[in-house]
Amino acid sequence: MAEPGLMEDLYREIILDHYRQPRNHGTTIEPTCSADGANPLCGDQVRIDVALVDGVVEAISFSGQGCSISQASASMMTEYVKGRDAAAALRGVEAFQQMMLTGEAPDIEGFDDIAALAGVAKFPARVKCASLAWKTLAQAIAEGGGSVTTDDGSR
Amino acid sequence: MTSLADLPAVERLPYDIARIRRDFPILKREVASGARLVYLDNAATSQRPVQVLAEITRFYRDHNANIHRGVHTLSVEATDLYEQARAKVARFIGAADPREIIFTRNTTESINLVAHGWARKFLQPGDEVVISEIEHHSNIVPWQMLRDERGITLKYIPMLPDGTLDLDAARSIITGRTRLVSLTAMSNALGTIVPLDAIVARAKAVGALVLVDGAQSVPHMPVDVRTLGVDFLAFSGHKMLAPFGIGILWGRLPLLESMDPFMGGGDMILTVSMERSTWADVPAKFEAGTPNVGDAVALGAAVDYLSALGMDAVRQHERAITDYALRRLADVPGVSIFGVPDAERRGGVISFALEGVHPHDIGQVLDTKGVAIRTGHHCAQPVMLALNVPATARASFYIYNTTDEVDALASGLEEVSRFFGVRK
Ligand SMILES: Cc1ncc(COP(=O)(O)O)c(C=O)c1O
Repeated sequence: MAEPGLMEDLYREIILDHYRQPRNHGTTIEPTCSADGANPLCGDQVRIDVALVDGVVEAISFSGQGCSISQASASMMTEYVKGRDAAAALRGVEAFQQMMLTGEAPDIEGFDDIAALAGVAKFPARVKCASLAWKTLAQAIAEGGGSVTTDDGSR
Repeated sequence: MTSLADLPAVERLPYDIARIRRDFPILKREVASGARLVYLDNAATSQRPVQVLAEITRFYRDHNANIHRGVHTLSVEATDLYEQARAKVARFIGAADPREIIFTRNTTESINLVAHGWARKFLQPGDEVVISEIEHHSNIVPWQMLRDERGITLKYIPMLPDGTLDLDAARSIITGRTRLVSLTAMSNALGTIVPLDAIVARAKAVGALVLVDGAQSVPHMPVDVRTLGVDFLAFSGHKMLAPFGIGILWGRLPLLESMDPFMGGGDMILTVSMERSTWADVPAKFEAGTPNVGDAVALGAAVDYLSALGMDAVRQHERAITDYALRRLADVPGVSIFGVPDAERRGGVISFALEGVHPHDIGQVLDTKGVAIRTGHHCAQPVMLALNVPATARASFYIYNTTDEVDALASGLEEVSRFFGVRK
């Protein structure tokens, strides 16, 4: 339907696929750390549960509500971190944040699908939606729990 | 789709919209996707007609000077224009005296002025301020701050599931300890028009003052402070064709005279010695520092524009558009509309949900069709909590919107549905 260009940049087919069939959504795991994330501007919320075993993400689950971008990003994030160690997961968060700034897909392993979100950088209002799950993941892994918001005072 | 014969026809709209639209060149522009703009975010801010834009230019080009200070020609002219604008606003809302009009930046500042100048001076711990669950944050937060600072009690009139206020509850919530009832005349999140009469009567019976947040009523319907019977009225120029940065507080003169100033500085004093100062008269007492003269003058032009249309006609037009939109949107599969079902008790605001699609995504896809709506909590988080949704999509209308634009919204929503499909 969309005009070629703008809409396709944002709503890539792979994003809609993750939105319609989110992976690792609401699954029951035995978490070793969890964190809550909120985007106060739009009321979106996400909870990330992580089971870290010997420093490796053995299981991960997300729950919450949000727009297609935040849900798809969360779903992709869980696929990315599953089976990686904590340091690699945090490198992924770093790379994702960088991608939101530059609009360029980073050259890191496992980001093939995630690169579809690079177009979000062109929609400043949606960057917070896409970043929510990643920030929350970093909180869970690096801080062991707690909560984060995407509202850092900037508009 | 219901047959269009059931819907109010464009002919029955009270004025020639094509002529109005020519005054708003921005309505001809295209958005990023190349689609023609369909501006349906008027509850956030209105567009401005060329008459208002010309007035801004004319002021700065021909009359610009600081006011109240100079004896020179420009200063006298600027002062006159500023005071004429005040008189226009006074007439527009039926105020007895232009001195009852205080220029602020916006509704938010006007409400804060009352919280600081009146409530902080006169309220004691245990005194009650009554607001409602459908208020904009600007009529919640100042009272929460005052509660925390002064120990007053803050009470809320609850919202019923249809978005109206629980008037029965209001009767018992407003008590002998209530000193102020501060209410919106129309909800920006749901469009509910609040039946102020009943609440004002109850407030007066217990001796409380009434502040009306008129941010969504003054731009859209006739408002006359003589018949409202209230004590304060706050509203914003930017929602009624005027520039950003100019707002209004109306208050009864004796009340304003009894109040303390909000800010201290130049223009609000009578005398200043090293030890103390005495305050200037109302309204100067509340307009510390150099005011926003140019935008106040442009607000005068906006008031002229609306007065020429007639506020009855403005309301009639919005009721017709809203009635049309309520029926048209009800026909779109998956759409559910929040709030009162009829346009009679609703201003030109429609908050809605589309099954399986988050408001952000609705707004984003509509933007590619040129349709500008608002998504989010609309600075009314208690309403979202009561509706049990994180956010809504909101379309809001003004004098220049057409039934064609409502059709563009409706068909845009049908495409949104198709695009996202229904979630599993
Ligand atoms: C009902 C209501 N009250 C208050 C406000 C605040 O207006 P402003 O931001 O101009 O101060 C708004 C604006 O959105 C509103 O709709």
